[in-house]
Amino acid sequence: MWKSHEKFERHSLILLIGIIIVVSIGGLIEISPLFYLESTIEKVDGVRPYTPLEQAGRDIYVREGCYLCHSQMIRPLRDEVERYGHYSLAAESMYDHPFQWGSKRTGPDLARVGGKYSDNWHVDHLTNPRSVVPESNMPPYKFLAETDLDYRNIEQRLRTLRTVGVPYTDAQLTHAREDLETQADPFASQRSGLKQRYGAKANQRDFDGHPEQVTEMDALIAYLQVLGTMVDFRTYHADSPENLR
Amino acid sequence: MTQLAAPREGASFDAVALYIFTGVAAFLSLLATAFTPDPLFRAQGYMLLAAFVVAFAAMSLALASGKLRSDPTRYADGVIRAGVIATMFWAIVGLSVGVLIASQLSWPSTFYFPDLPWLNFGRLRPVHTSGVIFAFGGNALICTSFWVVQRTCKARLAGGVWPWFVFWGYQLFIVLAASGYVMGITQSREYAEPEWYVDLWLTIVWVAYLLVFLGTIWKRKEPHIYVANWFYLAFIVTIALLHLVNNAAVPVGLLETKSYSAFSGVQDALIQWWYGHNAVGFFLTAGFLGMMYYFVPKRVERPVYSYRLSIVHFWSLIFIYIWAGPHHLHYTALPQWAQTLGMTFSVMLWMPSWGGMINGLMTLSGAWDKLRTDPVVRMMVAAIAFYGMSTFEGPLMSIRTVNALSHYTDWTIGHVHSGALGWVGFISFGAVYCLVPWLWKKDRLYSNALVEWHFWIATTGLLLYIAAMWVSGISEGLMWREYTPQGYLANAFVETVAAKHVENIIRTIGGLMYLGGAVIMSYNLWRTIRLPSTAKAEPEAAVTPAPLLAAAE
Repeated sequence: MWKSHEKFERHSLILLIGIIIVVSIGGLIEISPLFYLESTIEKVDGVRPYTPLEQAGRDIYVREGCYLCHSQMIRPLRDEVERYGHYSLAAESMYDHPFQWGSKRTGPDLARVGGKYSDNWHVDHLTNPRSVVPESNMPPYKFLAETDLDYRNIEQRLRTLRTVGVPYTDAQLTHAREDLETQADPFASQRSGLKQRYGAKANQRDFDGHPEQVTEMDALIAYLQVLGTMVDFRTYHADSPENLR
Repeated sequence: MTQLAAPREGASFDAVALYIFTGVAAFLSLLATAFTPDPLFRAQGYMLLAAFVVAFAAMSLALASGKLRSDPTRYADGVIRAGVIATMFWAIVGLSVGVLIASQLSWPSTFYFPDLPWLNFGRLRPVHTSGVIFAFGGNALICTSFWVVQRTCKARLAGGVWPWFVFWGYQLFIVLAASGYVMGITQSREYAEPEWYVDLWLTIVWVAYLLVFLGTIWKRKEPHIYVANWFYLAFIVTIALLHLVNNAAVPVGLLETKSYSAFSGVQDALIQWWYGHNAVGFFLTAGFLGMMYYFVPKRVERPVYSYRLSIVHFWSLIFIYIWAGPHHLHYTALPQWAQTLGMTFSVMLWMPSWGGMINGLMTLSGAWDKLRTDPVVRMMVAAIAFYGMSTFEGPLMSIRTVNALSHYTDWTIGHVHSGALGWVGFISFGAVYCLVPWLWKKDRLYSNALVEWHFWIATTGLLLYIAAMWVSGISEGLMWREYTPQGYLANAFVETVAAKHVENIIRTIGGLMYLGGAVIMSYNLWRTIRLPSTAKAEPEAAVTPAPLLAAAE
């Protein structure tokens, strides 16, 4: 039997093909069903694509590597559910390109941080974390409040996201700039196009305390404030029949 | 030699092809730099442009003076010498950044600079991980694989000047990636942070690497492909596969840095951890096992312990590793059947891993005295021992109930470092200690005493690191789930941060000691290179040829 292994040792292409076959099996069996098994992601009411400002904030979250210390995935364990809220549903990250579940909690989980703290607290905390949490070892992000948000290509960004599967409508794409500016404008109408396109629950206000300009701080806080708030857990019941497929 | 008498021929085909490639690349990067609307892309464009223009100028000079021709009767060792220097350079860089970010977690008020966002933890941590994994580890793998494949095939590297393209192209990949991270160019996919255009560049370099490696095997004068080359080949091929699938993304524009992953949510998570765990399995394990299978038998002058064990452990290792990714996603929104599969295969992985460990350790049969007399052997044996330790700890942590405690904590960080510093670091250091006297034709290292110092300082630092992370990881895991008798959570999150302060400091000291060892090593190697050369030719001539697989039958 050992003799037959000679074929692999004498022919590099047979060895190469053998390796490719052997390393492909596991990935094919584990990953490909996730794309067609309907139970992988169960549709949940309320989950919507991010608004342009939230997506711009998410891009900053990605840029700064926040996921290295903050997870966005609450596990169904008693202490986690009590500390952070309802465990994370697959549908809640279905529009996340890339996913930011993270692998390490040097800081707390952020999957449901939306609405837990005021905008002012976030500004103070991001500017100097130790001013509000003395024991924290988080880096300071003062520069976010001093940097104008670069949204020259926001429509192109949303369009790219649509290419990879986020269901933005044509109206959402063409009004991307307008919606972004509206969301950070405290004087815009509460019946703005933004709310028509993204739902009445969308936060529309000045986030960073500087209404005259749209900064990176505005975008990041807009993103943080929407995290985990899209699904209404007063009406969502994990064990109701439509969720037990 | 007799080159002077030979008539001047035209430049070789491989050199001209590389020359044209470099020229075209320089032109394209000029266009990209000129027309991009994205300031970050322009900054990276300048780097590309500078690299290609310098390469083009250097090749023009070299071609004009008739260089860049390879002598088929000799091994190509210049590129390996460059690889050894790059390995040590990036080791120092990667470890230093690690010490810096460990200091940031220990003393945030001192080591964070509010006006220097590029020095924040989130931007430097990928510099550390890519620096040690891809820059240090990658260079160690490329240069040792070039040495091993030539010696075990008795053939010069294929491709003429293209091995030099692999070397410099890989350094360019590292510089683009690391400079991108500090500027804020990242996909934020763990261990796959470089953006799409850097990924494309790496793909080109990697294909060239595969072809050089395979081409050398095709030229071999030995009938059998030596076991070390199986592992190197599996590493090169599988990393290519993982890299291509995991980095599938659509850029916002052809001249923009930003891209969005082709996958989202659950699917993205599993693809990322299929990649992430197999970066461990194939980059940090299979590749370095290839290193072990050559340098350990060579150094102790004993054959590999068991031929059959190497066959069984090779195929089972590469088959089972691929399945293990989902253990990074226990209790998440990933379907439970996938989690269970991942856990089952992770536990099974213990066996082939220990098969490799046993095969490496038992190779010392009849030469155990070298453990006492040769500190380089001791370093490689310690590496194998740490490999055994962390491949036992890994399956343990992949069990769902254990993972409920260990996940998201410092325990994971400790586990990774016992593998990275203990196994990957020590086996690479051992291989480099072997290689430098061989490459520079010296009969010994400058100082064995300095190797002893390196070994003990690094080992102590490593143990401090791992122990500190065990303590902090397990205690924070327990504190998160601790309840008061009244049934309330006992600790606020920040109390667990404060509780880890001392362990963070110990970890920083441990990392600093490990870095200190690498600095001592670099000094020792530099003095070795400056020793007078011995007239002795190839070490192969003096030592018995690479241990034959069949020897243990």
